[in-house]
Amino acid sequence: MFAERRIDLDNQLKFTDIFSEAPQKQHRKSDLSTFEYTYKAEITNIHKLTEMENLYRIQIINTEARRQFIFQPGQFIMLELPGIGEAPFSISSSPSRHGDIELCVRKAGNLTNFLSRVSRGTHVGIRGPFGTNFPMEKMHGQNILLIAGGLGLAPLRSAISYAQDNRSRFNSVDIIYGAKDPSQLLFTYQYDMWRADDIGLSIIVDKPDLLWKGPVGLVTKILEQMFSERGETFFKSTYAIVCGPPVMFKVVCNMLNQKDIPMQKMFVSLERRMHCGMGKCCRCNVGSTYTCLNGPVFDYWTVMNLKEAI
Amino acid sequence: MNVILKTSDNFGEGGTFAGGEMIFRIFDKEELKRLFDIMVSGNKVVGPVEIARDRNDKPLFAFNDVDSFNDMKLDYTTTKLSAKKYFLPYKEDLAAFRMDENDWQKKVDYNINEPFIFFGLHACDINALNKLDKVLMESVYPMPYYAAKRKNMFIVGIDCTPQPYCFCRSMGADTALHGFDMFITDIGEKYFVEILSDTAFNFLKNIRTAEPIEADHIHYMKVASEKNKKFTTHVDTTDLTKILDMEFQSDVWKQWGEKCLACGSCSKVCPTCYCYGVEETVDINLRGAKKTKMLYSCNLIDFAQVAGGHNFRPERHVRLKYRYYHKHRGFVEAYEEALCVGCGRCGEACLAGITVPEVIASVRGEEN
Repeated sequence: MFAERRIDLDNQLKFTDIFSEAPQKQHRKSDLSTFEYTYKAEITNIHKLTEMENLYRIQIINTEARRQFIFQPGQFIMLELPGIGEAPFSISSSPSRHGDIELCVRKAGNLTNFLSRVSRGTHVGIRGPFGTNFPMEKMHGQNILLIAGGLGLAPLRSAISYAQDNRSRFNSVDIIYGAKDPSQLLFTYQYDMWRADDIGLSIIVDKPDLLWKGPVGLVTKILEQMFSERGETFFKSTYAIVCGPPVMFKVVCNMLNQKDIPMQKMFVSLERRMHCGMGKCCRCNVGSTYTCLNGPVFDYWTVMNLKEAI
Repeated sequence: MNVILKTSDNFGEGGTFAGGEMIFRIFDKEELKRLFDIMVSGNKVVGPVEIARDRNDKPLFAFNDVDSFNDMKLDYTTTKLSAKKYFLPYKEDLAAFRMDENDWQKKVDYNINEPFIFFGLHACDINALNKLDKVLMESVYPMPYYAAKRKNMFIVGIDCTPQPYCFCRSMGADTALHGFDMFITDIGEKYFVEILSDTAFNFLKNIRTAEPIEADHIHYMKVASEKNKKFTTHVDTTDLTKILDMEFQSDVWKQWGEKCLACGSCSKVCPTCYCYGVEETVDINLRGAKKTKMLYSCNLIDFAQVAGGHNFRPERHVRLKYRYYHKHRGFVEAYEEALCVGCGRCGEACLAGITVPEVIASVRGEEN
């Protein structure tokens, strides 16, 4: 069990590339004016996904700002509805679309209930992007395993879109998606497109209805199947991205860890209350780490060592 | 020659708080009133005043605007509330919206009004500002609302007498090394002053001061060593971050949680508590809206509650524990110092009598 192991050389170390297109994050101390800076954006389309969730397409109005708005999969924005409030949302769209983003929003609180009643053309405010991202570039040449539970598919969709856009850079890409019942499945219209792009998609529901023909149970069931189908070597070069309810993180990540995926190659996205998105209000602290600055994407090793994270 | 402070808009720049070699002066006691009069003649001054007496007829102090030297009580013990209302107001407007038919405009105001002078701040409160600077000004997203006030603040520090509840020495906050403009120490017949800024140096040109001689140095050191002997409360911070991690599941937290009333008084009086919540309200004529920041407390029940109703810290003991983790574990990890200056205000204000030294001693398994 504890045989000597060779540490793999990480030959993809990224040094700060001053010529890169990636944003020089808004980490300039002198740039105080960014604190309450809001991009004005328009809701250009609203797509009803389920009874509770809508997909909002939001476009930054200023074309120049829209082009310069660069984010990475896994990051979030603060969406502001003047007079109603402000809340954090993971971006669900492809990073290649810049400031023309999509947010998958469930009706849960004041702001989201209000949002469910607005019409196309409403102007909203966007601050961000904030937080850490899934290190997609590190995963080049490797397998990706995306595991989502329920609304956890929303932040993963950005990573899936990235994989679609850059399919040749990854080995195999697999999605395992679990939902409570078939009526709660999100992005159903995209499943065929994902499969057409050679992305493996397994869907499992816990409570099937009469029309359901797929597997029944929890995501762990699919995962176990996958363990028996794929060889040991498959998991040696696999990165995992997990997002779902807190209970799911622990179970899934521990299963993956038993298959020798190092904890640092598993990424989870956490959810917390946020009022600023910039590490000031402390509402999102996990133990003493800011979910908005050090997260929302953490590797599992970090999460394991955070008190009360999951 | 009068020195009038000017509001500086470019608070992104360095400011006057750089360290460096200190200049020491001494002056006679009656000169202090003259110094104050010169300061108050052109500037807003905030100082410690006695506002009431408690049921044991002990004076209650607070920081308030003052215009006369005799209104101040420079020998005050500790104010009940910290000076926070002058740099982290309990309620502050972050932005305003003007709403039209289908559109809106956002107007951001950093609320820089006028510069002011803090006259008579103790070392613990100065250190509290230094700690807040680290997270609110020197971090990745500096907060302009705080910076605007902090950079337009002139601080006259004053020495103090340790009270039974003070444990600033254990937290390394009993002396202020930087973050003030001048610091006055009573050395018997004279005042001994440390000068850290050019503005302070110019103010002192208006009164009679002298270069301290060897005897003054000896007086100063004597005063300092006598002050050290007066500390009665201590907190052992050795390896505290590790001990807090080890004792995370300890039952002592539950015992303290049973006592805690989750009222948030500790955060209200704390000079270093900066957590907040943001609320937006629509004006009554529906033409405008306001975005308001309100200081919050991690002990209040909905601190970590998310939309949909899930609460990440529903129990009182978990929230109380989180407060200690943030101050004595997380902040230490990030900045190598605790987010606590040991002023003892929280213990004095706590309705259930929970004090920091007792909580930390119990976590360390020490008998009280």
